[in-house]
Amino acid sequence: MAENKSLGKEFSKGIIKENPVLRLVLGTCPTLAVSVSVTNSIGMGIAATLVLVCSNVVISALRKVIPSKIRIPAYIVVIASFVTIVQMLVKAFVPALNDALGVYLPLIVVNCIILGRAEAFAGKNSIPASFLDGLGMGIGFTFALIVMATIREIIGAGTFLEGIDSLTKLFGVTGFTGFHILSQPVAMLTMAPGGFLVFGLVMAAANKLAERSGKPKAELGGCSACPMAASCAILNKGESCEAPAEKAQESKEGSAV
Amino acid sequence: MKLAGIFLTAILTENFILCKFLGICPFLGVSKKLNTAAGMSVAVIFVMALATAVTYPINKYLLEKNGLEYLQTIVFILVIAALVQFVEIVLKKFIPSLYSALGIYLPLITTNCAVLGVVLLNVDNGYGFASSMINSIGGGAGFMVAMIMFAGVRERLEGCDIPKALKGLPITLIAASLVSLSFQGFAGVVDGIFG
Repeated sequence: MAENKSLGKEFSKGIIKENPVLRLVLGTCPTLAVSVSVTNSIGMGIAATLVLVCSNVVISALRKVIPSKIRIPAYIVVIASFVTIVQMLVKAFVPALNDALGVYLPLIVVNCIILGRAEAFAGKNSIPASFLDGLGMGIGFTFALIVMATIREIIGAGTFLEGIDSLTKLFGVTGFTGFHILSQPVAMLTMAPGGFLVFGLVMAAANKLAERSGKPKAELGGCSACPMAASCAILNKGESCEAPAEKAQESKEGSAV
Repeated sequence: MKLAGIFLTAILTENFILCKFLGICPFLGVSKKLNTAAGMSVAVIFVMALATAVTYPINKYLLEKNGLEYLQTIVFILVIAALVQFVEIVLKKFIPSLYSALGIYLPLITTNCAVLGVVLLNVDNGYGFASSMINSIGGGAGFMVAMIMFAGVRERLEGCDIPKALKGLPITLIAASLVSLSFQGFAGVVDGIFG
């Protein structure tokens, strides 16, 4: 019984409490690039979740075989294999998505969420726990993508779920091609600056919500979450990616409050 | 002329960080101090150029010749990872002064999406060897421009009175948005010069 409860926790933590994008600040590159439209976000989310779940399971199964010195290259080989498989599937069944995601589809290989989970979780935990961890983190990633894409697509392009039929077609549903909401959208939000802006505001909102429930706010360079932490010489030199000055300042403020 | 166009496009209009969102992690993580930002950027330029020089012949004479293009992702990432490790060992042994300047950034670059990204983009665009090299060096230089500019912006942010919820990462992203907005002004400039 206790076992079941903790497995449920492994699944649910990735969705809100340890959301990979908004709380752990991993996988920022695809988040910013793909969240232009909700359809692309759903497609990217599914692709990344598939890779994450499969690589987590395989890495967890091999965790006693892989020598720890060469674990990072070994993880990369496993992840790259699944990315190649997913790439082929997308090219064959949803070519429109392949065109929309472009280079970001193969770049799932270097998505820090996947290598990060392999290093932080799958390399140390049992297969069922790793499976659920991967699934939860994947859904959390998709959720964050959809939140950002909803804002950017509605305000920036004036549409919602535009082109979704390229995905629903797979399940035999055709004809629905999305809503048309605004007639004069603010195009800046679909361009690069809008990505940074919306991400910043969504993260501020997430911090506010976390603060209300008494959690610490998202910190970049959660160096422990970074897959390269073990070999990171900046960290080994005793410095963190974040300058120590800010931490000192924050603790001062904390004590003042 | 064409090469100069590719070079300027990679730096200004298609800047890796500010327009293509590749390499955001080091952009946000290492841009706090000017000297770290510069060191990281030089290492990125170096690895990007080297990765392109090595993967181009592999792709052209090994993968394409045998119809194995679908292996590009897996081969490129392995070659880049091995290459970075190799360069690190060589630098440590033979050029310790360079190693102490760049070496600490090298492991971080293995999983940097900008490096894999530039290699894949060169293939997607169908560039030849010279164009690929120029695109990579230009992409790295663009990375450097963005990093160094942003390090300056962040130094100014340090002393500001920022609302509590926006402190830290959110305000950094909003500042990045403004820097990126200024780069949008370059749209069309390169076509205007070389068009």
